[in-house]
Amino acid sequence: MSKLSPEDVRHVARLAALRLSSDEAEALGRDLHAILDYVEQLAEVDTEGVPPTAHAIPFETPLRQDTPVSSIDPEEVLAQAPARAGTAFAVPKVLDEA
Amino acid sequence: MNAPTHPDYEVVIGLEVHCQLRTRTKLFTGAPVRFGEPPNQDTSPVCLGLPGALPVLNGYAVELAARAALATGGEVQPDSVFARKNYFYPDLPKGYQISQFEHPLSLGGYVEIDVAGGDGPRRIGLTRIHMEEDAGKSIHDGAVEETHVDLNRSGVPLMEIVSEPEMRSPEEAGAYLRALHEIVRWVGASDADMEKGQFRCDANVSLRPHGATALGTRTELKNLNSFRYIEEAIHAEVKRQAALLDSGGEVVQETWGWDADAGRAFVMRGKENADDYRYFPDPDLIPLTLSEEAIEAIRTALPELPGARRARFEQAYGLPADQVQVLTASRELADFFEAVAEASGAARAAANWVARDVQAALREADRDVAQSAATPQSIGVLIGMVESGRITAKSGRDLLPELLTEGGDPEALVAERGLETVSDAGELERWIDDALAAHPKAVASYADGDKKSLNFLMGQVMRASQGKADPGRVRTLLAERLDAGGAA
Amino acid sequence: MPLPTVAAQRAALDRGETSSADLVDAALTRAAEVDPAIGALVATRDEAARADAEAADARRARGEVASPLDGVPVVLKDNLAQHGETLGCGSRILEGYRSPFDATAVARLRAGGAVVVGRANMDEFAMGSSTEHSVAGPTRNPWDLSRSPGGSSGGSAAAVAAGIVALALGSDTGGSIRQPASFTGLVGMKPTYGRVSRLGLVAFASSLDQIGPLAHTAEDCALLLDLISGHDPGDATSLPEGPTASQADLDGGVEGLRIGLPREYFETEGVRAEVLDRVRDAVAVLEAAGAKTTPVSLPNTRHAIACYYLVATAEASSNLARFDGARYGRRAEGAADLREMYERSRSEGFGTEVKRRILLGTFVLSAGYYDAYYKKAQQVRTLLRRDFERAFEGCDVLLTPTAPEPAFRIGEKADPLSMYLSDVYTVSANLAGLPGLSMPCGLADGLPVGVQILGPPLADARVLRTAHAYQRLTDHHEATPAPIDSGART
Repeated sequence: MSKLSPEDVRHVARLAALRLSSDEAEALGRDLHAILDYVEQLAEVDTEGVPPTAHAIPFETPLRQDTPVSSIDPEEVLAQAPARAGTAFAVPKVLDEA
Repeated sequence: MNAPTHPDYEVVIGLEVHCQLRTRTKLFTGAPVRFGEPPNQDTSPVCLGLPGALPVLNGYAVELAARAALATGGEVQPDSVFARKNYFYPDLPKGYQISQFEHPLSLGGYVEIDVAGGDGPRRIGLTRIHMEEDAGKSIHDGAVEETHVDLNRSGVPLMEIVSEPEMRSPEEAGAYLRALHEIVRWVGASDADMEKGQFRCDANVSLRPHGATALGTRTELKNLNSFRYIEEAIHAEVKRQAALLDSGGEVVQETWGWDADAGRAFVMRGKENADDYRYFPDPDLIPLTLSEEAIEAIRTALPELPGARRARFEQAYGLPADQVQVLTASRELADFFEAVAEASGAARAAANWVARDVQAALREADRDVAQSAATPQSIGVLIGMVESGRITAKSGRDLLPELLTEGGDPEALVAERGLETVSDAGELERWIDDALAAHPKAVASYADGDKKSLNFLMGQVMRASQGKADPGRVRTLLAERLDAGGAA
Repeated sequence: MPLPTVAAQRAALDRGETSSADLVDAALTRAAEVDPAIGALVATRDEAARADAEAADARRARGEVASPLDGVPVVLKDNLAQHGETLGCGSRILEGYRSPFDATAVARLRAGGAVVVGRANMDEFAMGSSTEHSVAGPTRNPWDLSRSPGGSSGGSAAAVAAGIVALALGSDTGGSIRQPASFTGLVGMKPTYGRVSRLGLVAFASSLDQIGPLAHTAEDCALLLDLISGHDPGDATSLPEGPTASQADLDGGVEGLRIGLPREYFETEGVRAEVLDRVRDAVAVLEAAGAKTTPVSLPNTRHAIACYYLVATAEASSNLARFDGARYGRRAEGAADLREMYERSRSEGFGTEVKRRILLGTFVLSAGYYDAYYKKAQQVRTLLRRDFERAFEGCDVLLTPTAPEPAFRIGEKADPLSMYLSDVYTVSANLAGLPGLSMPCGLADGLPVGVQILGPPLADARVLRTAHAYQRLTDHHEATPAPIDSGART
């Protein structure tokens, strides 16, 4: 397992849509490094052939009927939107990223 | 094999089709699936990505996707897993799309295609079919400095059907899509209305020298939303890549969009974070398990598929291939035809009636067969009456549009309107007498050897009978009279 | 004098000695008196709660009591959705947000007539063990205002410990109900995963989160659990079983109960001797009541924290992606384009601990690291589950400390890793989906100490029965903190 470079921290922050000041990036990078150092211990556990657990208590998939259900009034959400255009949400324009 | 698309390169095409499942509600919430509503009206906490919202899988969507998988010979998996595909975009309210990734609903299968001028039917392999939710819509209005977000489509159930890279020409790609389009509609998995975005195609295209086994670098063509554009776009892409390779250049792996108006492709910018979606099993959803019995039940309930049905129509009813094609344009029409054939007791006549007269009358009324007011049984009865001579073909054709639009019992209508064929010699002789008397010139020209005059006089008699006279009897009696000198 | 329990409030209501209006008034009055010093609540519903109380009293007058909790004042952790109320999760990013729907647990609670009087402070998005990491500021422990009430359900715990209400709802992802219960001298329970619907609980880590009660007694917890548990078709991880019937089972006692004592939990580095002493005292009480103890081993315990922080942060990084300033909550002003709006809204809206965990979770899911971190953790999770399965072959419940120490001072755990390590006894129950409960078992240096009872999946009633048996024999749950404010107590 690897050490986190400042570039790694910036890359991860970008994936997470977080903008970090350089102080923050440095401090969080240090924290992450310490935590990753700690979790490194898992490497020593023999997990050969052990299936992963995603859900602690397995049971049959519940399925829903294909019946429309009346839910919330969308206006209750739109009314508290930071910006709207009619019944659409409005967000700043998307800039293409090369 | 028909002539290669390009003399120097073999074209390799794989297709990914996003097909909307024909449900009333979304994949993970009971919000309605409709078309054309004002923005955000068909939403719920799940589609809006509200705090505390949780997804619950639509069982009918699973059944529909499984139908499509089984209809294409796929192996529906006993366990499949919904994963989260993480990226930020305004049309993705949760910040992730729920999609099957490592463990899809179905593996394998094929679609049979038959390209005109090709070597006959050929199977295009399927890699997988998986289920996922659709994104919403970001509306980028150039006039204003903002993007508008409509989440009505957010969470609409899709299946993605991924082919092997086994198509070798744009025409094969087109044939594959048409065949797939027919199957998903045939089994009721999707309406696949391309204008509503219910059947969308991405194409992966690469070239390699003839005889090479390694695949060339591919480009992805996105958002191809009509069969014609798909073939055009692939042709254009083949040309572009060939020119690049010819000039010693290299194809770059990238994504292109197709501008249908300009007839050319443009490079699309990658989605943000496109490099790392951080898929992991969605902890809100337990893996989807389907028992063998459940899968078998879906398989058993599948309708007879188009290929099998066509073969049967040709063999069982002795119908020509082109007519079978017309009769199996949709499952509804094929079902209708079979019911008509059975009720009429005359399959070949029924085929002619359904393929020609019924279709024409429905077109005239701007309806499709599912909207016919007449039961196929009543149409069958009508055809049976014509076949047995109880009514004339003309009477039958006259009644048909009314039956198809208004419905009704053909027996009752025929009785009520007195349409039964008149074959009583006395009555026929009276009409013939009248015709001969009224048209001495025609009688004379028949005597002079112009046998066509018979047809003219036939017409007069039929008109006088209002189409009810038995035309065979009329012809025989008329010929006898004319040959005997035509005297009244 | 001990603070009133729900059972006592219910009895007084039944006898006509009090009314829901009186109970709600007392709760609001008490909150006004003590909460400025404690900071347990982020909002109260004064008028709405009084109206609900009057409706409860009217029902009672008509003989239509909806449930044992009808008319009883309760507090909700601020990550449980109530229609029309704020849902802040201790975060700036949810500033002003009001939920357009009810959490299933809240709907069931209200259908049962319980009166929500307020919303409790919490670590932002339930990420923390101290209730220091909230936009509303820290919550203080009623036992010692310089100390933390634990977290992340610290506001819920402090509200009960300070005598504002007798019952509060919390959520527990890695100990967030049990550890605050331990720090404030209460009973706190995390039910079996899937027992209580998570619909309307703002997700931290979906495969670990459970809603549960904080109260003075196991009996009160049973009343609540029986009311809010049971299958919910709106939560695909909700167990198919119906509601628990744990009240009926409460008096079964512990005669013949086999109690496992996991060796690793008593040998943990850094655990305080007084804590172990109090836990051993509790074991002795249960043995004297007829329970049998047996040593067991959970060999993978030492990997639980590492496993937990990988699983929980990975899920959290994805669960918190929806907070992007686009549709609700707080949006950063003046962003020139979408990307800037996302990044600034999230960076200004989330606190440091949340950012830390989002970054960690994003990293462990990212290309090239998934197998080494996330998948590995899910495999170790399987091993942890198997440890418990083996242990429960030879015993009915496990008894352990809840936390390695009593309440720590606010600001004491500045280093994130040391904070994470304090969850060592609680995270395994979440990873394995087990029911777990903490109950008070005495004091150390004047601060409450908790003992944890763990059961196999679905043995929620057994866990409650064990705790109830203990509480009938002891009075640790009746201990109260020193008066907080001019000695006033209702």
